Amino acid sequence: MSIDVRKTYKLYVNGAFPRSESGRTYPVNNSRGRLVANAVLGSRKDLRDAVIAARAAQNGWAKRSAYNRAQILYRVAEVMQGRREQFITELRHGVSAAAAEREVDATIDRWVWYAGWADKFAQITGASNPVDGPYFNFTVPEPVGVVGVVCPDDAPLLAFVSRVAPCIVSGNTCVVLASERWPLASVTLGEALATSDVPGGVVNILTGRRAEIVPWMAGHADIDTIDLTGCAGDRALVVTAEQAAAASVSRVVHATPREAQWANESSQSPYTIGSFVEYKTVWHPKGP
Amino acid sequence: MLGGLVTHAGEALGNEQMVDDRDEPVAHLPVGSITVMAALVARSNPPDWVRAFAAGAVRIPAVDAVGLEARAAALTGRSIKKASKIAALRLAIECMDLTTLEGTDTPGKVRAMCAKAVQPDPRDASIPSVAAVCVYPELVAIAKHSLQGSGVKVASVAGAFPSGLGPLPTRLDEIRRAIDAGADEIDIVLNRSAFLAGDLARAFDDIAASKLACGAAHLKVILEAGELGTYDNVRRASMLAMAAGGDFIKTSTGKIGVNATPPFALLMSEAIRDHFEQTGVKVGLKLAGGIRTAKQSWQYLVIVNETLGPDWLTPHLFRLGASSLLNDVLMQLRMQATGLYQRPDDFTVD
Repeated sequence: MSIDVRKTYKLYVNGAFPRSESGRTYPVNNSRGRLVANAVLGSRKDLRDAVIAARAAQNGWAKRSAYNRAQILYRVAEVMQGRREQFITELRHGVSAAAAEREVDATIDRWVWYAGWADKFAQITGASNPVDGPYFNFTVPEPVGVVGVVCPDDAPLLAFVSRVAPCIVSGNTCVVLASERWPLASVTLGEALATSDVPGGVVNILTGRRAEIVPWMAGHADIDTIDLTGCAGDRALVVTAEQAAAASVSRVVHATPREAQWANESSQSPYTIGSFVEYKTVWHPKGP
Repeated sequence: MLGGLVTHAGEALGNEQMVDDRDEPVAHLPVGSITVMAALVARSNPPDWVRAFAAGAVRIPAVDAVGLEARAAALTGRSIKKASKIAALRLAIECMDLTTLEGTDTPGKVRAMCAKAVQPDPRDASIPSVAAVCVYPELVAIAKHSLQGSGVKVASVAGAFPSGLGPLPTRLDEIRRAIDAGADEIDIVLNRSAFLAGDLARAFDDIAASKLACGAAHLKVILEAGELGTYDNVRRASMLAMAAGGDFIKTSTGKIGVNATPPFALLMSEAIRDHFEQTGVKVGLKLAGGIRTAKQSWQYLVIVNETLGPDWLTPHLFRLGASSLLNDVLMQLRMQATGLYQRPDDFTVD
């Protein structure tokens, strides 16, 4: 006889798995309406703590060599592969076994795909520019800093990775609000991140109500860019978030319709990495 | 004779060597009479008590370390909300000694800091000025000039800060020069070398002589609690510094690893309270070193309020020595005003 040890789904902040500061949870049901687990109902202070962790980790993550970031991200894919069955089980609450399997495999593929771009995307998005004058003029991408990512409900794990991997590969750190309807696999992804040399604070995962957390996230002045992909179905929330982001001069990005075809391989692109970078142009004097 | 005090202490400790050590510096002291020294400190204590204290004959009760730390932890765990938080943050600014004590301090840096001391947030004129700026003696004149008419005081460290182990006449001279340059307050360090060797009389005399050199200026005595080893020593040093004439006792220089901590703040508050109950004299408390967040600042305000009462929550009796704390407090005040979390980049660089 064995005892069924069930998992408490918690947050992933600063490399640890805390419960909400507020102590709140909400029920996660499967597609037939049966309770599967309780997830954390994140609060404003959880968001605050996550942003502090992301800010503290950002410089160190960006300072690592691009090659080293690629190695670490590849390692994440390895650990995800080892947890493949668990991801499938968690996605099965919402979709068929075959669909869950397809999604997990596509997720791991996508993670590896973006890992490889770490030391290559700058060749695509950067440039050397012809200018009239004795200057060598070139443009290089640099991470924007701390990014808030709001994940959608469809393809909860694949969409999460399709936005987070291109975000952190350039040296950003992020605070991710997982799918509100299907958060469980995202929390398990936190366990893969925690065991694969990704420094604590680089990815911080919150779960909870989008309508509650997104306005706080958009208004937080220490978040440099907010990805509102997960708000696509809620026009009023997008407007609120865009206004709040404008007040603190944060950039707002959304997945393009092409990017949002999550399962389609053509939705992945090095230009998605470009959504999360700033471009620096240098005028370097040279001989006449 | 001041020597008389020391001789008395030396006999009490059975240490003749100590008497010889004292002979030379004593000759340079501005006063040479135990009566003058005792009269100075007699604002609070009768000369007999001072003499007995300096000789180590006054019993200082032992500190319950576990109880102290538990109470400090309980007091710092309180939740302060809304209007109380805003009031606490504004009070923290009013009680702040904005400090720069680096070998790299330039006149320009001190001028910039003084401008910030007068008007901490250029976007919000309702934010009060800080209590004082704290600089090295060499930069006092510049600070004084920059702060003219603002009401912000100039504090200077002096007396061979941060070790306090220069020759006594040089240390006293440094104090006088800082005051001549315009310092309103002087921060000296306890002679830990003498104190830890058991030579309380010498540690006492150094402070008393410094107080005389200060004249009307306020004297803050830095105990460097992190170097004293035990809570008992911190309490003993607090009583000694207050008896010897310190107007403030201060936790730390900020130059070592262990700085102000909640237990030190609580212990020193209790010592000040005991001293007040015995003598009726209110000595101030300055906490310094390692205080970087707004949250820490209101935790310390709670400790002081609960131990010494609201009378001490004024710049005359309470100070927070800090450099980076001010920006965090400003950030939290704006967060309270707007409801939105702020970023450090939007506040002036120190």
